[in-house]
Amino acid sequence: MLPQLIRRLGLMIFTVWGAVSLTFVILRLAPGDQATVQLGPDATAADVSALREELGLNRPMLVQYLDYLGSALTGDFGESYRFRDSATTVILDRFPATVLLAGTATVVALTIGLLLGILAGRAPGKLADRAISGITLVMQAIPSFWSGIMLILLMALTLRLLPSAGSGDLQHLVLPAVTLAIPFTALVARITRSSVAEVTAEPYIMTARSKGLPERLVLSRHALRNSVIPVVAIVSLHIGTLMGGAVIVEQVFAWEGVGSLLVGAVGNRDYAIVQGTTVLLAIVVVTMNLLADVLNARLDPRIRAGVAS
Amino acid sequence: MSGRVPAGSRSAGTLRVRELRITLPGPRGMADVVDGVSFDMVEGRTTGLIGESGSGKSLTAMAMVGLVPETAVVSGQVLLGDEDLLTAGRARIRQVRGTEISVVFQDPSTALNPTMTIGDQVGEILRSRGLSRSQARERAADLLEHVGIPDAANRVRAYPHEFSGGMRQRAMIALALAGGPRFILADEPTTALDVTVQARILDLLGRLRDEDHLSMLLVSHDLRVMSHVADDLVVMYAGRVCERGGAKAVLNRPLHPYTDALVRSVPSVHVESAIADPLPGSPANPFDRPAGCPFNPRCPRAEDRCRTEVPALREIAPGRLSACHFAELAERTSDTVPRN
Repeated sequence: MLPQLIRRLGLMIFTVWGAVSLTFVILRLAPGDQATVQLGPDATAADVSALREELGLNRPMLVQYLDYLGSALTGDFGESYRFRDSATTVILDRFPATVLLAGTATVVALTIGLLLGILAGRAPGKLADRAISGITLVMQAIPSFWSGIMLILLMALTLRLLPSAGSGDLQHLVLPAVTLAIPFTALVARITRSSVAEVTAEPYIMTARSKGLPERLVLSRHALRNSVIPVVAIVSLHIGTLMGGAVIVEQVFAWEGVGSLLVGAVGNRDYAIVQGTTVLLAIVVVTMNLLADVLNARLDPRIRAGVAS
Repeated sequence: MSGRVPAGSRSAGTLRVRELRITLPGPRGMADVVDGVSFDMVEGRTTGLIGESGSGKSLTAMAMVGLVPETAVVSGQVLLGDEDLLTAGRARIRQVRGTEISVVFQDPSTALNPTMTIGDQVGEILRSRGLSRSQARERAADLLEHVGIPDAANRVRAYPHEFSGGMRQRAMIALALAGGPRFILADEPTTALDVTVQARILDLLGRLRDEDHLSMLLVSHDLRVMSHVADDLVVMYAGRVCERGGAKAVLNRPLHPYTDALVRSVPSVHVESAIADPLPGSPANPFDRPAGCPFNPRCPRAEDRCRTEVPALREIAPGRLSACHFAELAERTSDTVPRN
């Protein structure tokens, strides 16, 4: 287990480094930089180059990169020119809001998704299965920005039940969390459905029935645990998608998390914020993946033993 | 039929299947994939249920404990003593499973739950009877030892993937024994195992049958397996019984051309020649059974009558039943050459 863990840790660091470097390159390939955006379209070329000099943007790319990488290792992503504060401080300030949003959406998606998936998967082809499969297909196909706007129109403007935008209390959390949870719920439901359908056809389920166990126990003790293993594995692969979704949803609902921070920073070429946020999101994704793997190893003794199943 | 057996004279040692019919939805509507099957499982004896794939033998065994697909319609009787299990209701059937009648499944690598320890799986039925976890585990260790698993006290904590194929099947058998059943339905219990392990598992089943006074139903397509362990034989073809009788008698002198062909197709059973005669043609499709005798398209001695009239299963000689129009003739003239 230990050498496996060390290897995984190395892989995680490599992944985060990849994300950091890619962001660095892409940002600099995009037209315009902090100096042009900060000074606006009316600035003279001399002013721009003076600011570039000041910000160190005219140094060779490699020097900028190594400099950036060096400070990033110490947790320093530079200063955000818009917030006039350390990017790390700004990002960490916004991070709890995103954790709350994504966490709520995940809990909702897992609860409802598992429930729907089990209902559908235990009787494939039956009415419940077909209904759930249809609904989840639609839920997965709807883009978040659209469902978010529709929810705002319905709940905020027509019914006036919930605020349309902003962050802070529970009222503000409902709509963005639901929007974010919709495709994720569908994903969990669909994976659970196929997994439960597959597992309930396994001979060991017949063995459990041959022991005279009531169907409830056959399902809960034998089918579910085995069904959850692929669900955990696949859901963990989609945590990145969830974080990406959070970025869009935060923007739609003006939720003050790292997602909306990131979108604003990209527009303003606020390099420090963009890079810091990317690193944070990358760390979140790899950490959640690791947690999912640890969880699966707890669930499946074959994974624990390193046996390919 | 249940009314015929007076209360008190419960023949508890016998499990009797009477006119079992299983109807399944097929490509062209409902079809009787098992059609009027009757046989007895007698205490202390092994009954072999043999037939090609699609003959309905596994389905017959599973129907005895109600483990058939939801879409199946089952009729007839499965008599445990004088109680008909087919009409006993779901709750009663669940009670019977594992405690009166247990099943040993074909492939122990898939029939055991991969995420549960062997001990927990073997002891599960005891746990549901109120034993504590440690008591169940202790009993599971005893059972594992009983079926010949070394170091059983430690192995209860192992998972199925840590066992070899043969050990898994031993664990499966221990699981089947846990509830103290009198009847074991073994569905192709050695088919998924290495040849070298097969004999040991068959020996184990035989030993357990004698030691624990069990009746065993051995479902197999393998005549060699049958010739080793079966006391009685039920030969099935296309969902019907075509021959029934003592195993030795049936194998030595088949009274049905299908049995005869089956015996000839196995080199080691057929003593007169080292070369086996493979059975011509392919097994009858239970969803599309030919008119008359279902075996007639493959039968070397089929006549017009065989293509129109379904032969009845009837007693040809004491203890010998056959469903061939010409069985009496074969019996009288020793038409089928006696072997041994």
